[in-house]
This record gives sequence, C-alpha cells and structure tokens, in this order.
Amino acid sequence: MKILVPIKQVVTLDEDFEFTPDNRDVDHDFHIYDLNEWDDYSLEEALLIKESNDSPIEIIVCTVGNEYADESLRKCLAKGADRAIRVWSNELKNTDSIGIARIIAHIARREEPQLILTGVQSSDFAHSTTGVATAGILGWPYAAVVNRFEPDHDFTKASILRELEGGLEEAMNIDLPAVITIQVGINKPRYASLRGIKQAQSIPIEEATPDSLGMIDSEIGESGSASIIKKMFIPEKLSTAIIIEGTPAQQASKLAKIINDFKGV
Amino acid sequence: MSGTLIIAEHRQGELCQATLETITSAIKSHTPDIRVVVIGKQIEPFIEAVRIEGILEVIAIRTSSNDFDPDLYAVTLTMLINSYHPELILLPHTVNTIGYAAAVAADQRLGFATDVFDFSISNGIVTAIRSGYGQKVNVELGFPENRPVCLTLRPNIWKPLQANKAGIVIEIHPPVYSARCRHETYLEPKSSGDIDIPGAAFILSIGRGVADEKNVEEFLELADSLGATLGCSRPIADNGWLPKARQVGQSGKTASNCKLYIAMGISGSVQHLAGMKHVENIVAINTDREASIFNYARYGIVADMFEIAEELRNQFPE
Ligand SMILES: Cc1cc2nc3c(=O)[nH]c(=O)nc-3n(C[C@H](O)[C@H](O)[C@H](O)COP(=O)(O)OP(=O)(O)OC[C@H]3O[C@@H](n4cnc5c(N)ncnc54)[C@H](O)[C@@H]3O)c2cc1C
Ligand SMILES: Nc1ncnc2c1ncn2[C@@H]1O[C@H](COP(=O)(O)O)[C@@H](O)[C@H]1O
Repeated sequence: MKILVPIKQVVTLDEDFEFTPDNRDVDHDFHIYDLNEWDDYSLEEALLIKESNDSPIEIIVCTVGNEYADESLRKCLAKGADRAIRVWSNELKNTDSIGIARIIAHIARREEPQLILTGVQSSDFAHSTTGVATAGILGWPYAAVVNRFEPDHDFTKASILRELEGGLEEAMNIDLPAVITIQVGINKPRYASLRGIKQAQSIPIEEATPDSLGMIDSEIGESGSASIIKKMFIPEKLSTAIIIEGTPAQQASKLAKIINDFKGV
Repeated sequence: MSGTLIIAEHRQGELCQATLETITSAIKSHTPDIRVVVIGKQIEPFIEAVRIEGILEVIAIRTSSNDFDPDLYAVTLTMLINSYHPELILLPHTVNTIGYAAAVAADQRLGFATDVFDFSISNGIVTAIRSGYGQKVNVELGFPENRPVCLTLRPNIWKPLQANKAGIVIEIHPPVYSARCRHETYLEPKSSGDIDIPGAAFILSIGRGVADEKNVEEFLELADSLGATLGCSRPIADNGWLPKARQVGQSGKTASNCKLYIAMGISGSVQHLAGMKHVENIVAINTDREASIFNYARYGIVADMFEIAEELRNQFPE
C-alpha cells in the first residue's frame, strides 16, 4: 500500500525585496526556501500510519518545482519517506494551485496510493486549494482541515476530526482512498536523524515532466490553471502605524506610557 | 453566461456571518442577477436572513440534514453551474468552503481564487486581489476567458447589509448523490478554566518570535505584572507551550472585549488577525519591519521582543 504526500517548497522574502521587471513576481534573488510548515505534519502523519501498520506501506513524497525543491524532498527522505518524485519543465512556470493539482492527480493515477495527504495550506500563498482540487480531478472523497486521522484496520474507511472555526471540531467518517488536507498540530513532527540524512543522500529523486506523466496540453501550465498572476504590488498600509523609535529602553518607556494611559494611571 | 451564484453557509443552527458579507460584496460590486442558495433541513431562518435588497432570488434546496457534507455542496454547486451558467460564483472563505470549492473548480474548469479581499467585474472580465508571500505583497489575478469565475472571499472585509425580504424564494430538488464523507458529531472546545481571552480588556500576546518553550514563563510573568491576560498565536498552542484557551484567531478565541492588544513576535497572518484586528489599540513588536501585523497596528515597535520585555520589566516592577 502507498501513501502519497505532495509537498511544497515555500518562500519567505528577504528584507528589502524587489519585484521582477514585469512586476509579476518578486525577484528570485530575494527568495528564501523552506519546506512548507503544513507538510512537516502531513509527512509525519504518513510516517505514523506506516509505523502503526502491520502490512508494509510505501511513502512517496512529490513536488512540483525546479531543482531548488530537491532540498525539501531530501528533508522528507531523511525523515523516512521511501521515494521522491519531482516534476518540472519550463512550461510549468505559471502554474497555479489547480494546475499543480492536475499534476499530482497524474502521479496518483500512476502510483495508485490508498491515501493522499497534503497540507491545509502553503505558508507563503495560503491557497488552501491543491489537496481538495486533486480530489476533484480524481473523483475521490476528500476532507479538509483535518486534525485527527484514524484509518480502520483494512484501510477502507477512516474516522477523522475536522477543525472548524473557534476551536469547534467535527467528527466525520470518510471512505478511502481519499485526499485529506492535514492541519498543523495534528502530531509532533520528528527531526531527521543524522543517519537518516546520510541515507537520504543515496536515494535518487525521480525527475518527471508533464510529458512523462502523460499529460495533455490543456492540462499543463497556464492552460491547466484557473488563474493568472497579472501583477504584484506592495499593500497600501491600512492604518499608518505610529512607529516608536529609539533605544529599546526608550521604546519600552513609550509602551509603558501607552499601558498606563489605558489603565488610567 | 450571466448572473452571480452565492452558496450560503450555516452551522449548528446559525447562519455564517461571512455569508452575509459575501452577499453584500456582490451587491456593492453590482454583480449581475444575484442568486443565493440555501441548502439544508431547517432553513427557513436562513432564507429570511439572506433576503438582502439587491438579490434576485433565494434558491432553497431542502435536504435531510443541516450538517455540512462536502459531496452534497460540491454536487449541488456543479448542478447549479450547469443549469444557471453563472459568470461569477462567490463563496465565503471558511473552513467548509475550503472543504469543497476547489474540487468543483478543478473538475468544472472554473476560474478560481481563494481568500480574495477585493474584486471587480466589468464587461464579464473578473479581476481579484489576494495576498502573497506571507501577506507581504498583494497579487492581482486575472482568469481564463469564457469560464465562470469562482472566488472565495476573506471574512471581515465587507460590512453586512440587513435583510429586508428582498427577492423571491424558489425551491429546487436536491441532486442525487452518495455521501462519501459523513458527519457524525460536533466536539465543543475544551473548557478554558479561568483563562478568558474573549473577556479580557488588555491582552499581551506572544508568537513564534518567543522561539523556545523555556522563554514562555517570563512572558506569563510579564503579563501578570502588567495586569494583562497572556494570549498567543497558534504555533505556541500547537507546540503545547501554552493551553489552546490562550490562542487568539480563527480557530482559537476572539479578543471580543479587548481595548489594548500587544502582539510580540507575531507576523499577522489572516487567521491570527481574524481574532484581534478589530481591537482599537494594537501595539506590534516585531524585528521584521515589513511584517504584516504593522499594517493593522496603531503603534509599531521594530525591536527584539526580549529586549522590550526586559525594559518593560524595569518599568513595571512587581
Ligand atoms: C484553518 C487555519 C486556522 C488557523 N487558525 C489560527 C489561529 O486561530 N490563530 C493563529 O495565530 N494562527 C492560526 N493559523 C495559523 C496561521 O496561518 C499562522 O501560521 C500563525 O498565525 C503564525 O503564527 P506567528 O505569527 O506566531 O508565527 P510566524 O508567522 O512565524 O511569525 C513570527 C514573527 O515573529 C517575528 N520575530 C521573530 N523573532 C522575534 C524577536 N526576537 N522579537 C520580535 N519579533 C520576532 C518574526 O519577524 C515573525 O514576524 C491558522 C491556520 C489555518 C490554515
Ligand atoms: N508545488 C507543489 N508541489 C506539490 N504539492 C504542493 C505544491 N503546492 C502545494 N502543494 C500541496 O498543497 C498543500 C496546500 O497548498 P496550497 O493549496 O498552495 O495552499 C501543500 O501543503 C502541499 O501539500
């Protein structure tokens, strides 16, 4: 049995970043890469399922991204994923999260996993789209924002908890195979061991393209996407915050005054 | 293709406030022929609540249960897209919408964007604005031509208008489908003991900037000496460094009665803001001068939270 864990290498921005000349993205020189926080949890959930199951389970991590993303795949391999697939080609540059879901769906058709675990959202763009969209394309059951996942013994159903607004939770029962989007806090992600990091170096990362996955033109890149980025710009300040300058001591004494004013001291 | 479809959301007998905001956004943006769909069993009150001046119709779809079922909502939306051919579909960006909209968008090949906080439609061309890169940039989006566009809208942006029996109500039979993800029950959040974020007038909140569990204690003490209630962002509660009852935000508590909110080492994610951005006096302390929290703060301090905490302790000895 297989579990597919799609992961994303997310971007935080360096200070004083600049846009690309066409204003459609931030210049990649200002990108700092990391594995999406949510994907740490979905991978951990897959590892826990594998460890608590008697029958063998293969965990496959996959990502859509250029060679920079190998680093995040290696991190997952070091923690215990069995295999890694990275899909890329230049036509994928302007692919949105629906377009990425089309690629993941193709990987799923080839690998036939019993479960797909994505993150609820990516920390950089927070689409909350990819997992549920993948299910829509595959025609699979799905559940979003899940913070407990308990498959039954033969893996045909699972009891889940969905985390709703205000801390309310909803218990549901879902048929498998399914796509589940995992919420942070569902488990405690492990750190990779030194041994794991070393072993991961020797596991090859499969490089696939839309072509090699058998995708047709209307599914690829902008054609398979549901939106197009026209431009990016700096948000207008909503409330112009009064910036309190000075040394920490001076800043703290201003803050103390704000607190005392509030208390009416 | 013409018209606007909005799917209402409700839970435990309450209409979701963001539904009213979504309807309001459509009315204010003059989107064509607004139809609001209400799905469920006891839906009379919801039907009346969505009859805001400016809508054309309420479509009532009576089913055997009031609980959310992702397959029911997805199949119903698909059915309505194919019978009404709307040019625009607007949904509130909530946990339930996250739980089905993208499946329909991908399957029906809609134009699609989530967590949109501004949009316009003219001559059938839709433009939407959302955040990117941890809210450090805004992104303007366009959509593929000749397809319905579905947007999920960020809550707390549009101020809801009052219902006044506008529009007509029509009934439509629910689609035939099989439920693959079934509701069982709701679990209420654990009692918060004596921690009262909603009731607190003064909250000092800490986020991931606190860096380590062993640093949390000093902020508990600081909050105490200031007479503030200690709050936190989600990662602090997820790590188990503070109880969930202290978490402020969408999946935590709302700082309903707060007058002064000091956010230390919190970046200002949409979900954290959902619980506190309404507070009149927000002071943000962050080492990153571009952190999005500064856009919502009245006062900003670009500094290390530990240094400010240290100096504050000198100002407020026990
Ligand atoms: C469905 C859903 C529900 C959610 N519900 C909630 C919720 O209820 N509440 C919530 O908070 N989040 C919620 N989240 C999570 C949310 O998306 C963010 O991940 C979270 O709010 C980030 O917390 P943070 O600001 O503490 O951490 P980060 O975003 O990592 O920010 C840490 C900040 O600390 C600053 N910093 C670092 N060191 C220092 C220092 N020494 N001094 C000063 N500043 C420093 C950094 O510059 C940074 O801005 C939810 C997410 C989802 C998907
Ligand atoms: N480029 C990508 N490659 C593989 N999986 C992705 C990619 N982008 C997003 N995902 C998955 O979708 C989840 C939610 O991301 P998003 O829909 O972008 O908010 C992530 O946690 C990943 O599991």
